[in-house]
Amino acid sequence: MDSEKLLVSPAPHIRADHKKVMLDVVIALLPVLALSLYFFGLSAAIVITTAIVSCVGFEFLMFRLRKKKPQPIDIASAGLTGLLLAFCITSATPFWAVIIGSLVAIVIAKHFFGGLGYNIFNPALVGRAFLLASYPVAMTTWDAVSGATPLVAGAAYGPLFYGNIGGSIGETSAIALLLGGLYLLYRKTIDWRIPASYFGTVVLFSLIFRVDPLFHLLAGGLMLGAIYMATDPVTSPVSKIGGWIFGFGCGLITMVIRLWGGYPEGVCYSILLMNAVVPLIDRYLPGKKFGTVRESHAMAWLYRK
Amino acid sequence: MIFKRAFVGGIHPPEEKGLTEKLGIEEATLPKQVVIQLHQCTGLPYRSLVKVGDLVKVGQKIGESDKFISAPVHSSVSGKVVAVEPRLSFMGRMSVAVVIDSDGKQDVADDIKPYPVTEKISIKEIIAAVKDGGIVGLGGAVFPTHIKLSPPKDKPIDNLIINGAECEPYLTCDYRLMLDDVFNLAYGIDVCKKVLGVDKAYIGIEDNKPVAIQYLKKKLNRIEVVALKTKYPQGGEKQLIKSILNREVPSGKLPMDVSAMVMNVATCAQIARTLKTGMPLVDRVVTVTGKHLRRPANLRVKIGTSYRDLIEQCGGVDGVIRKIVCGGPMMGIAVPSIDVPVHKGTSGIVVFTKKEIEEEMDYSKKDVCLRCGACTEVCPMSLNPSLLAEYAEAGNWEMCKKLNAMDCIECGACSYICNSRRDIVQLIKLAKGEIRKGGL
Repeated sequence: MDSEKLLVSPAPHIRADHKKVMLDVVIALLPVLALSLYFFGLSAAIVITTAIVSCVGFEFLMFRLRKKKPQPIDIASAGLTGLLLAFCITSATPFWAVIIGSLVAIVIAKHFFGGLGYNIFNPALVGRAFLLASYPVAMTTWDAVSGATPLVAGAAYGPLFYGNIGGSIGETSAIALLLGGLYLLYRKTIDWRIPASYFGTVVLFSLIFRVDPLFHLLAGGLMLGAIYMATDPVTSPVSKIGGWIFGFGCGLITMVIRLWGGYPEGVCYSILLMNAVVPLIDRYLPGKKFGTVRESHAMAWLYRK
Repeated sequence: MIFKRAFVGGIHPPEEKGLTEKLGIEEATLPKQVVIQLHQCTGLPYRSLVKVGDLVKVGQKIGESDKFISAPVHSSVSGKVVAVEPRLSFMGRMSVAVVIDSDGKQDVADDIKPYPVTEKISIKEIIAAVKDGGIVGLGGAVFPTHIKLSPPKDKPIDNLIINGAECEPYLTCDYRLMLDDVFNLAYGIDVCKKVLGVDKAYIGIEDNKPVAIQYLKKKLNRIEVVALKTKYPQGGEKQLIKSILNREVPSGKLPMDVSAMVMNVATCAQIARTLKTGMPLVDRVVTVTGKHLRRPANLRVKIGTSYRDLIEQCGGVDGVIRKIVCGGPMMGIAVPSIDVPVHKGTSGIVVFTKKEIEEEMDYSKKDVCLRCGACTEVCPMSLNPSLLAEYAEAGNWEMCKKLNAMDCIECGACSYICNSRRDIVQLIKLAKGEIRKGGL
């Protein structure tokens, strides 16, 4: 009987099918990509390409400086960061600004914290926040094609839903973003609790303060942020109840900024602020452990899976 | 009631039980030689009661220990002792074994005779019989059964749970035992109930075995047959108690602390066989299986038979053998050689070929943890496996202990589900070892 030296490796000897998480997100973003190219044309294509190429470039550079070998997932993740960064800035963003945003996203937000898996803040959002704070004029100068965000300019439901509205590249069509979100839910790539509690909080807040909830759901970066940025596993809580809290916090801060803040949009800062709270959430909500006493029925309900 | 039948967490690995579930238990061919390791369960050191040249008979005691928590070892064949020397065990350790050449006659030792029926035998005598029979937990834990059957007085048992969950993929030995050896199973359960003084007994079976559930419902009338949700690790002791009794064994405690006791179906059936015939534990049912094994089977195997004999008996494999697992693929141990012998805890022999390992099961590509939380979701003990693994990697055993590493049941659900293919349970096992060593 044929047998060579036996492989002695520790259990388990079988593993679940490998999911290509980054690929899933890219597939989910394809409709958004197609629509944004259709509406914003060449200028969007340039911004997107620049962001992806420079993010991947900085990733390679950082791995070289850190004397480590990048894995395929590191490269894929950097490319995705580039795509998401491009989606949350306008098509009128100057070439050099896109590169600076990529540098901040990859070098500062990601690698200074230890690289993929260890970054506290969502790299794409840090890149965007940096650009918005450093070059407010360049970032909010809308050209003829891009136009101002509907949170400033106002818009009808129709265009908000299917597309062709001003603002950032990836925010143009709510339905394309939702479609991709459904795909990610179907693939179980993202946790539904985060967008659910995020959207829920925004609606609740809108109803309480008598503003149009549907408009606030569809306008600005909420769809993009809630479905694709807040759900980033690295920068969101591990536990499910943590996901609920995280989404609620994001929704609350978004609406506070939108209604009373100095900026028209609050999605980016709300997610970044909540990113900072994630370690605390993870630490103080470790989940109900087997073999310990439950405090109450309410706690038991919260901790059920 | 829906919530009662399952624990929290768990995974659904491909079952692969179809390879052997329809095959009744067959007697394996008598091996020409058996290698019986004396160290089959806790209780080192064991000493050999025979020496080279001795003639031994089936059921003759050949090894024992003076330790309280131990079980004697018996010869599974009749024949001549040709060596008493260290041999490679399934764990990869050299441990003292009695090597016996079989004479093919299977003469039974003179002192082997049936014990009286359950009504006419005292509890003390039953426990002594179980001890002399060398019976240990046949689910794989190989803990001496006579110790289990004598719980301390201040921890009375009110519920006996028979574990027929068999949640490990590939394995069907317990399933076949429930179908093919139901009278011994029923007898064994009655004996255990008598010894422990319990009225209520359950047998938990995963609902992917409807035939066994229906059959046992018909055949067993003094025990409640409970259909459990099919998910791994449903057969974990603590998970089973949670699913059936809705009791949680407190952290660091034993099932007896919630007045429950879990016994494997094979152990129960073995108690019956030993009492009915007087024959100690000298053989057991082993599922010999693998996708590329030519004739997978459920075999009743003499303890000490080499894996090579059994795999040859099952027609060998298509291709080159690359990994052999003792037990199921989730918690089983990859053996270092095809010539290691079957021990009392060998429930399955799962054979993987080179092609299978290299093409379908290449788990060598590891990524960083993306904190997706999948491992925390499936952990049946509701631990945070990813965090434990990170601390273990950093060698921070104190934090591991603080995060309840010792509660880990090592089921491997975390490593199974990890999309970055990280060796989570392996790292936690390392941490547990270090915590024990360091007395933290």
